[in-house]
Amino acid sequence: MKALHFIPRPPEQKAGAQKWAALAAVFLALGLGALVLKAAGASPPAVYKVFFVDPFSSAYTLAEIANKTVTLSLIALALAAGFRANIWNIGAEGQFTAGAIAASFVAVWLLEESGRWAVFAVLAGGVCGGMAWAAAPAFLRAKVGVNEILTSLMLVYVSLLLLSYVVHGPLKDPEGFNFPQSPLFGESSLVPSLLEEYPLYATILVLPPALLASHYFVSRSWAGFQMRVIGLAPRAGDYAGFSRARPVWISFLLTGAFAGFVGAAEVAGTAGQLTPVISPGYGFTAIIVAFLGRLHPLGIVAAGMLMAMIQIGGENGQIDLALPVSVSGVFQGLILFSLLAADFLVHYQIRRRGD
Amino acid sequence: MDWVLLPLLFYAAAHSAAPLLIAGLGELITEKSGVLNLGVEGMMLIGAVFAFIAAHDGGGFAGGLLAAAAAGFAVAGLFAFLTVGLRANQVACGLALAIFGGGLSAFAGLSYEGKSLPDSVFAFADFAHKKFVHDLFLLFALFMLAATWWFLNRSRAGLILRAAGENHDAARQTGYPVSWIRAAAVLYGGVMCALAGAYLSLVYTPLWAQGMSAGRGWIVLALVVFASWRPGRLLLGAFLFGFMGILNFTLQNWGATVAPEFLAMAPYLATIAVLAAISWKMRRRRSRDFPSCLGKPLPLSR
Repeated sequence: MKALHFIPRPPEQKAGAQKWAALAAVFLALGLGALVLKAAGASPPAVYKVFFVDPFSSAYTLAEIANKTVTLSLIALALAAGFRANIWNIGAEGQFTAGAIAASFVAVWLLEESGRWAVFAVLAGGVCGGMAWAAAPAFLRAKVGVNEILTSLMLVYVSLLLLSYVVHGPLKDPEGFNFPQSPLFGESSLVPSLLEEYPLYATILVLPPALLASHYFVSRSWAGFQMRVIGLAPRAGDYAGFSRARPVWISFLLTGAFAGFVGAAEVAGTAGQLTPVISPGYGFTAIIVAFLGRLHPLGIVAAGMLMAMIQIGGENGQIDLALPVSVSGVFQGLILFSLLAADFLVHYQIRRRGD
Repeated sequence: MDWVLLPLLFYAAAHSAAPLLIAGLGELITEKSGVLNLGVEGMMLIGAVFAFIAAHDGGGFAGGLLAAAAAGFAVAGLFAFLTVGLRANQVACGLALAIFGGGLSAFAGLSYEGKSLPDSVFAFADFAHKKFVHDLFLLFALFMLAATWWFLNRSRAGLILRAAGENHDAARQTGYPVSWIRAAAVLYGGVMCALAGAYLSLVYTPLWAQGMSAGRGWIVLALVVFASWRPGRLLLGAFLFGFMGILNFTLQNWGATVAPEFLAMAPYLATIAVLAAISWKMRRRRSRDFPSCLGKPLPLSR
C-alpha cells in the first residue's frame, strides 16, 4: 500500500464517476452473487437467464416487472429527497403497510359503491394512512430530536402487527371461512389494468409526472435547494437560516404519501383484498433503488427496473430452479455493498507514488 | 394474579434480556471506537442461522457457537473493510449489512426451517436442570458486562479505544493505529452480535425461522443510546426490554383480554418512548460518554 496514495477527486468529476460506479457495482454484485449461487449448488448462468433473459419472452412477466418498477421507483423517488438532506427514513415499509391498511378500510366501507370515484377514495385513504404513519417519526425528529432511523424502523414492526390484527379482526371477511383476509374489494374500488390480457396497472401513469415533479423539486425549487444545502453542509444551512425541521417534515410526509399510495395500489390492484402478507419488502428494496439510482430520477427508474427483475426472477426461479425467493435479498445486499465500495473510486483517485 | 410467579417472571425476563445484553455490549464497544454499525439485526440473523446449521449437522453446541462467531467475524470484516478501510458511509453500510444478513440467512437456512435440533446437542448439559443452557448465556452476558466495564474504565487498551472514538485526529497524532483499533472493535461487535443470534436459534427458541430476531438488533441499537454508552445502564435497559419481550405470555397468564398483536407491539413502542425520553432529557447537551467521532470516517492520511 506504500506505493499507492489517494487524492480526493475534484467535485466536477464526481457526477460522471457516480454513474460508472453504479454500473460497476451491479456487475461486481452479479459476480459475487454467482459465487453465492455456486456455493448453494445452483447454476449461476441458469439463474441469470431467469433474471435477465426470460422476462423478454413473456409479456406477462414484463407487465409484472413494470408494476414492481413503478412501486419501487415511486417510493425511492420520495426517499431520495430525504437522503439528500441526510434524513434517513428507513421505515417506508411501515408507511406502505399503513397505507394499505387505511385504503382497505375505505374499500371495505365502499364495498357497495358502484361509482368509479371509489378507487380515488381508496388511493386517497392510502396516502393519508402513509402520511399519518410517517408523521410520528418526523414529529419526534423535528421536535424532540429522536434518531429517525430507529423510530421509523420500529414502526415497521408495529405496522406489520397492526396488519395482522386487522386481517384477523376488524376487516376479516365474515363469509371468508375464517381465513385471515378482508372481503374482496368492490369492482369500482380496484385500480384498473391498462391492458386487457395482462395486469399492467394504471398506477404507471403516475410515474412520469412524479419523475418531472421530483426533478423540479430537487433542482429548481427553493425547498429542494435548502435540503441539498443541509445535506452537503449542515452548518452552512444553519448560517443561512434554513429550518432544520422543515426538511424532516417534507421528506417524511412525501415518502409517507408515496409509500401509502403504492401500498393502496398494491391491495387494490394485484391482490384485490387485504391479506396478512402484502409486500416482499418494497420499502427496504426502495432504499437500495434510491442509492443505486444515485438519487437521480432516471437513475432511480433504471435501478427500480433492475431490482424488479431480480425480485420477479427470484419468484420465477423458485418454480423453475427450486431457488428460494430470499435469493433476491442476497442480491440486494450485495449490490448495495458493491456500490458503497465502488464509491471509494468516486471520492478518490488512486495514484502511484511519484506519478 | 399469582405473586408466587414473580421470581419466575424475573428469571424469564433475564433469559429474554440475555441476547440484548450480549449484542448490546458488542455494539457498545464498536460505537465507543467511533464506528456506528447499524447492521446488528443482520449480524444476529447470520449468527443464528449458521449456529443452527452447524449444530444441526453434527457440530454440536460448541460447533454452533464457533460457526456463529466465525460468520459474525466474516460479515463484520466486510463492514470494517468498507467503512474503516474505504471510508464508506456508515449508515448506508449498516443498512446494507442488515438487508444482506436478512437475505443471506433466509437463503442459507431455507432447508432448516421447522427442523429441531438433535438431543445430542444439549447432551453436555444433561447433568443439570432444564434451563441450564439459558443460564450459561446469562452468566456469559453478566461476565462480559463486568469485563466490558473494566475494559473501558480501568484498562489502558480501553482508554485508547475511547480516544479513537472521542477524537480520532488526536489519537492518530499520538501514534495510535486508529483504523486498526476500529476494525478490531467492529469485528468484536460482529462476534458478540452473532453469539446473541446463536442464543436465539440454539437455546431460546430453539428453532431457525426466517427473520427470527424480529427487530431485536434494532432494539439493541436503541438500548445503546438509552444506556448513554455506559455498560451498567445497558443492563437496566436490557432487563426492561426483557420484560417487554415476555409481556405477551405474562399478561395472557394473568387473564388480560388484549389482542396478542397489541401486546407484541410493546417492545417496539417502548423503544420509541425510551428514545424520545432520552432525547428530551439530552436535548441541551450530549451525554458525557457519547463518542464524539461516532459515524465520522477518519480522514485519509497522505
